[in-house]
Amino acid sequence: MNKPIARLAVVGTSMMVLLVVATTYWQAWAAGGLADRQENQIERVAQFTIKRGRIVTKDPAAVLARNRPKRVAGRTLFFRQYPPGGLAAHVVGYSTQARYRTGLERSRNDYLTASNQNLSTLLESSLDKLKGATIEGNDLVLTLNMRAQRAALQGLAGRCGSVVALEPQTGKVLVMASFPTYDQNVIEGNYGALQRIQAPCNPVAPLYNRATYGLYAPGSTYKVVTAAAAIDSGRYTAGSRFHDPGYCEVYGRRVNNYDTTRPFGNVDLRQALVNSINSVFCNIGKELGSKLLVEYSKRFGFYETPPLETPDNERVASGLYDDGKLFDPKLDSDVDVGRFAFGQERLLVTPLQMAMVVGAVANGGVVMEPRVIDRILSPKGTILTRSRADELRRAVKRETAATVASMMRAVVESGTGTAAQVPGLVVGGKTGTAETGVAGTNNAWFIAFAGRERPEVAIAVVLEQQNGTGGQLAAPIARTVLQALLPGAANS
Amino acid sequence: MTRYAVPYADPYLLPMVALLSAIGVTMIYRLNPDDAFRQSLWIVLGVLLFALTLLTLRRDYRIVESYKYLFGLGALVVLALPALPGIGQTINGARLWVKIGPLQFQPGEFAKIMLIVFLAGYLRDKREVLAQGRLKDFGPLLVIWGASMLVLVQTNDLGSALLQFGIFLAMVYVATGRVTYAAAGLVLFVIGAAAIYTVVPRVESRVSVWLDPWADADGAGYQSIQSLFSIGNGGFGGTGLGRGTFTTTDGNAIIPFLNTDFIYSAIAQELGLVGSAALLLVFMLFVARGMRVALMADDGFSKLLAAGLTFGFALQAFIIVGGVLRVIPLTGITLPFVSYGGSSVVANFVLLAGLMLVSNRANARA
Repeated sequence: MNKPIARLAVVGTSMMVLLVVATTYWQAWAAGGLADRQENQIERVAQFTIKRGRIVTKDPAAVLARNRPKRVAGRTLFFRQYPPGGLAAHVVGYSTQARYRTGLERSRNDYLTASNQNLSTLLESSLDKLKGATIEGNDLVLTLNMRAQRAALQGLAGRCGSVVALEPQTGKVLVMASFPTYDQNVIEGNYGALQRIQAPCNPVAPLYNRATYGLYAPGSTYKVVTAAAAIDSGRYTAGSRFHDPGYCEVYGRRVNNYDTTRPFGNVDLRQALVNSINSVFCNIGKELGSKLLVEYSKRFGFYETPPLETPDNERVASGLYDDGKLFDPKLDSDVDVGRFAFGQERLLVTPLQMAMVVGAVANGGVVMEPRVIDRILSPKGTILTRSRADELRRAVKRETAATVASMMRAVVESGTGTAAQVPGLVVGGKTGTAETGVAGTNNAWFIAFAGRERPEVAIAVVLEQQNGTGGQLAAPIARTVLQALLPGAANS
Repeated sequence: MTRYAVPYADPYLLPMVALLSAIGVTMIYRLNPDDAFRQSLWIVLGVLLFALTLLTLRRDYRIVESYKYLFGLGALVVLALPALPGIGQTINGARLWVKIGPLQFQPGEFAKIMLIVFLAGYLRDKREVLAQGRLKDFGPLLVIWGASMLVLVQTNDLGSALLQFGIFLAMVYVATGRVTYAAAGLVLFVIGAAAIYTVVPRVESRVSVWLDPWADADGAGYQSIQSLFSIGNGGFGGTGLGRGTFTTTDGNAIIPFLNTDFIYSAIAQELGLVGSAALLLVFMLFVARGMRVALMADDGFSKLLAAGLTFGFALQAFIIVGGVLRVIPLTGITLPFVSYGGSSVVANFVLLAGLMLVSNRANARA
């Protein structure tokens, strides 16, 4: 019987060898793939054993996300807490077990959990892991000004819409407000509370960052782009003469001014912008053609998702939309260029994009990449990365930008945007009242730059589904935010 | 004690079992201190029964051979117990528990040993005639085996069914030395398995989870997948004892039955490849030593007994660890000496006693 026993012994020991091989497979070969799987509960829990970095602002100092330690089954887990309860919810986002992550909490998770491929962080966190110490993440310092952020939300005053303010020379995002907003602290335990948020717009969609994900017809604010294109192409100057009969004809159809009963008669381009005369821009559009207009839009950043540190899927590109998709006209006749030229047709833009447009005008024609993270600090407080001001591209010539800026200043001095005047500040702006196709539900816009001597802020304000005009409704919000951003100005 | 009862027994078997039990208790303590206390009590009881077995059978254990039919019958009765109304208990979808008053146990573990004793005795008697292949001699074997399979399938205890069938095949092979029998048995098994696959929904779901656990990651495949995550998380060196992750952020267990069926995935996470490979190596050494006992034994009954006990031990470890590692479909069964479970610990100490008795006799004569 010894021969079969010996064979059986081989079978028995081989089974154990096979198990060692299988264990090696799972622990060495497949381990990485397993860790990346979304269903992995251990990895999900492991994220909470890390003391995530905080998200803060420095000027004025405020904490936007911090940790709340809690003992669970003999270990300390760190859960997120968001003190301002919705003040910058769309930028910061949330990090929870139940709903995963959004906002910077998602896109900068690697830095916040110290798992980024930075040599010193990596070394430190693996040392911590060996020692069994708690891994500490890195802090994000944002460029937001929370005083102005609060002013923006108060200015929106329960109306749906968004405010974006940038520093034109650097692209720093100073304000990024979106209403309705939500309290990030309810996401984990009380997600249903989101459904009960009410706001006078449809859809309410409190989770959307309207500043980067909301698409609105820009209306007359787009005339800034049209005017810049007209002058930059060399075909017009600020003094070019026009005759306004109160309407303009495109392909045999009449396009009316905002107020058709009071035609302006003989005007120049500057006066056309100051009084926001549709017929003039309609005629400029016909002259330039839609392809050139699209070309200039692209120079300002249209037709690409604007760069920002928030997740890619929380931002959208601006441009002509057809059936929910961006569309780039092949022929001039693909688009009703007359209406396109004053921001109607199928043109849809994000508030961030319009802030970039006005930022470029205020920055000598150069569009800066918007950014909301100023620097990233290690747990010890040393700076890991500091974000630099990066040019997106030059949109128009310096002289063009200067001309358009002076025209915009005239809008606030004596035109449709007088509500945005701030004592001690030089303000240039453009109003917009975009028709959405449903009567009495206009988008009220105001875009502006402002500063004590040179422009220090570029701002875009939009309100959804309003009855009034941009000059009446949106410009005062811009004024409040500008006062919060440039507090010294009111005294001088 | 062992020096008194079995002075010539293999000196490695008992220390290896002590090591396995210690690893088991340590891991169970880390997962649930109350269970570890109970497990320690079971080990004490197991050692007592181990000692009792050695003492009563130390002169000549081979007297049990005379009672082989009693053991065979006993195995069937014990296996059928959970199916009896009144004392049978269904836990986690398998009816394999018996509850008499406060006492609750899994008789399947003991039936395994009784079956091995019966097979050793019966096959020793009939091995020559069996080798000639006369069908009528297979009668009692097939009856015992068929009945036990029926009972097992009826109680839904697929792991034990697989184990007992494997032991049966291995012992017939050792007795007859004919590979064709083992091969025919395997073919029979595949046919039977295919039949069961279509009839018993539990088997069907186990197999489909085995083939693709990701298809229903939150449902049927959940346990298997999270167990793999646990193993993967261990990596080469493991997280360290007490540093593994077995609960969600709200304190619920991620893997159900972690300290019984899935203790290997807990060990693999905290001790890593190094630790789990070492554990498997202990199992392998035990198997090697056990087979050595079978080789050294000089009568057919002893050889069959030692080989059967050892192979049973190896196969049981393979079925559960292989199931956890997705080498084979997962069926719930304990990892000998390591998993939490009283019946398993006590029965396996009796198994150890059997091996030591055989080796004592073999070495004493050498």
